[in-house]
This record gives sequence, C-alpha cells and structure tokens, in this order.
Amino acid sequence: MKPKVAFFDFAGCEGDQLQIANLEEEILDLLGQVEVVSFREVMKEHSDDYHIAFIEGSCTRQQDEERLKQIRKNASVVVAIGSCATIGGINSLKNYQNLDTVKKIVYGENASLFDTYLARPIDAVIPVDAYVHGCPMTKEEFLHVVKSLLLGKKPEIPNYPVCVECKKNENVCAFERGEFCIGPVTRAGCNSCCVNEGTKCWGCRGMVDNPNENSQKEVLIKYGLSVDDAIGKFKLYFGWEKKK
Amino acid sequence: MTTNKNLEVNVHHVTRVEGHGNIYVNVKNGIIEKCEWAIPEAPRFFEAMVVGREWNELHHITSRICGICSIGHTLASLKATEAAMGISISDQDLKLRKIALHAENLQSHILHVGFLVLPDLMGVGSVIPLASSNPDEVKIVLGLHRLANDMSNLICGRTTHPQRLIPGGFSKIPSIKQLLTLRDNLQASVPALQAVADLLKSLAPKIPDFTRETEFIALSNPDEYALYDGKIASTDTDSAPVKDYLSYTKKLGS
Repeated sequence: MKPKVAFFDFAGCEGDQLQIANLEEEILDLLGQVEVVSFREVMKEHSDDYHIAFIEGSCTRQQDEERLKQIRKNASVVVAIGSCATIGGINSLKNYQNLDTVKKIVYGENASLFDTYLARPIDAVIPVDAYVHGCPMTKEEFLHVVKSLLLGKKPEIPNYPVCVECKKNENVCAFERGEFCIGPVTRAGCNSCCVNEGTKCWGCRGMVDNPNENSQKEVLIKYGLSVDDAIGKFKLYFGWEKKK
Repeated sequence: MTTNKNLEVNVHHVTRVEGHGNIYVNVKNGIIEKCEWAIPEAPRFFEAMVVGREWNELHHITSRICGICSIGHTLASLKATEAAMGISISDQDLKLRKIALHAENLQSHILHVGFLVLPDLMGVGSVIPLASSNPDEVKIVLGLHRLANDMSNLICGRTTHPQRLIPGGFSKIPSIKQLLTLRDNLQASVPALQAVADLLKSLAPKIPDFTRETEFIALSNPDEYALYDGKIASTDTDSAPVKDYLSYTKKLGS
C-alpha cells in the first residue's frame, strides 16, 4: 500500500506547494509512490487518514494552533516546507514592531477585526520531523526529503554556510560587488542560487547551527560594515530565530 | 421570478484555488437570508513589514505576497521604487521584463486551466485521476507548464520569487543564443497550445451560463496587451493613470 500524504498551508504565499506542480513530468513518478489524500490547492477530496503531512506557512494566530495540533495527531511524520514554515521567514519581519501598530498601518480603524500574534515557524507550535528549507523550497530538495522519508532514512540537509557552495561555483564574492550578503552564516543547500544570479544571499534557509561569528565579524570589518548593519539584514528571515 | 425554494450552501475551504475562502448561503422560501464570502486566511501585514527596510529590498519582500504571481508582485514593487526615485531602465530591460510577465502569465494560465479548471469540466475531483484516464492531455499540459517555467527561469533566474529583477533593470541577462532557442521552443509549442484550446472548446458547453452586472477594471494600453504598463481602464468610468489607483480601489480600513 502506498503511504498516504497530505498538504496543508498556513500564513504564506503558497509558492512552496507550487514547486510541487513545477516538478512537471516527475509528478507522475511521485504519484506512483504516494497517495495524496488532501491538498486543498489542487484537489476537492479530503481525508484525515494520512501518514505524512507537509505544512507550508507560518503560524501567526492563536486560533491556528488547534488545526496544527490536529494535523500532528493525525500524521506520524510532519514535514515543514519553505522558510515561513521552517524558520518563520519573511512573516516574522512584523515581529520587530508593536503588533497593534502593525495592524493599524494596514487596516486602520478596522484593525481590531484582524487577529495576529508573533509569526513563528511550525516547530514553535508542534514537533516537526523534517525540514525543506528555502524561499521557495527547491523541488530537488523536496524530492530528496520525500525519497529519504519513504526509505526510512534521515534526509541529508547541509549544516555549513552558503559560502562553501558559492566558492565551488566560482562566484565573485557579493561583498566585492558592494552587496551585503548573508551567505557566511546561512545554511547551504541552495547551491548559492541567488548569488549565481547576480544578487546576494538573503538568508532564506536560516542560520547554520553554529555560525562562525568571528569570521562574520572579520568580513564586516574588511568591508567597513557594522554589527548593526548585519542585524538589520538578519531581520529579513531570522526574525524568529534571533528573537526567541 | 418567485420561488419558495430552500437552500443551504456551506463550503468550508473552497478547493482548487490559490488562497483561502469559505462560502455560506442560506435561502428560505426563496428569500436570501445569508450570502457570505469569508476569507479565513491569516493576514500577513506586508505594508508594515516593509517599514524601515531599504529601497533595494522591497521587491524581495513584496514578491512573497503570492508565490504563484511573484514576478508580477516583484515588478509592481520595482516600478514603484523606480518611479519614487526617478530611476529609468533601458529599452532592452523593458523588453525582458515584458517577456518575464508573459512567462508568468503562461505558467499561471496553464496551471489554472489544466490543473484547477479541467478536473471540473471532466467531472473528477482533481488532476490526479486524469493522469491515468487522460494521460495524453495531462502530458500536453505538463509540457506547456514546463516551457513557461523554462521561460521564467531563463529571464528571471528562477520561476518563483525571481532573482534577476532588481531596481534599475537586471542583475544578469540571458544570452542571445538562449533567447533564440526559447523562441524556437515557443514556436514549436503552438500545436500543443492549439490542442489545449480545442479540448477546452469541446468542453465549453459544460461551463455554466452565468452573467451579471459587473465592473471590469484592468490596465489598458492602445499599443499592446497591457501587462507591464498602461492606464487604469474601467468598463464603467474613464481611464486614469496608475498613480490614481486608490480612487479605483477601496481596501478595508484605508
């Protein structure tokens, strides 16, 4: 019997679920290995009988915790997909401001109609068994994690910085181009995709477990940048990690 | 028309759409007692997220409004930043941006028609059973979806949350050779596009005949199909420049 899988989304852009559609013809191979029983974005049917739950998006409201706990109860394996789910992602930018002010900026006198609390990753609410990092996640890493889970193996997720991959790709260092790159402390696994395209690492895969702070400071000093500058850049994706 | 019909519709989470919606309708003796469209998804507060951020990060943040149409959101933000700071872009960059929008449009439309609408017209719950009952049609849809994504990749460096689109133009551009290959592939896709159009035409009688008084608003440009630039046009009122968009829209709370 094929393992039953389900997809769920919380506060996010649904760009990670889109990467599954972007598997193109490989979707057919995937469907040969698993039975999808719930996926609101693509199917009408729904069942609570599933083995693996994939969750996209952050938890940003108290009321959504109940739904997450129910998913945890139903599934034997929970996988967080995409930055919003794995680290809180861009949603946690609002965590640095007073939440009443945040609500007023957007909804003015109707602010009280909109419920929100500090944006957080899924593992701040329920235990998570596997992570597919990235904003968006890459379809290659998603397939790697799915294959690993189906084989009962632990997925291999790099715990070294993006700089390692970036150097292998022989990119000119983004700092040399005047960019403020977060690659020195960000978890690799993206093949330094953004620097390859002429921009910089924004930090979407979260921090490595043991960032080399001294080395980061040396880089900042070399390019005349301050720790405050760095903290400002870290806020883009590391809002929950740094604040908790 | 009078009727004494009773009706209760309670759709919790509309499926096969991007975004979240619930529908509640209650009709008693032909009188509508309740007709509600609820958006249960969590608000994300983008207008507040961008406060205090630097000008060259804004498009990266607002791209995350929607993963399906992230190229459009990126370009809208870039246009606003460039207008505010008086930055102009080259004709070549303008052309490449327009191609990027066409790529996203093609991807999004193929996804909509092939993955979201087609199952309804074929009387099934999703595209999944179609993969075995109508493998040829599904493969055509998947092939076109791949082509559209290849096009986005080539111009933007990524399909979702594009990287190459930056204030002032592009961080990297494709080679002429790559663009010529893309043109060949697009020309070769015409029979596949025709097959999708024929399939939909044959299923068109299944689309419910429903029209009502509606104001349609879109960009309009006398020279081309307006995706990137134009004036705001309405079926009810005169056209207006984009900067006046607030006079055409009303956001709850603003």
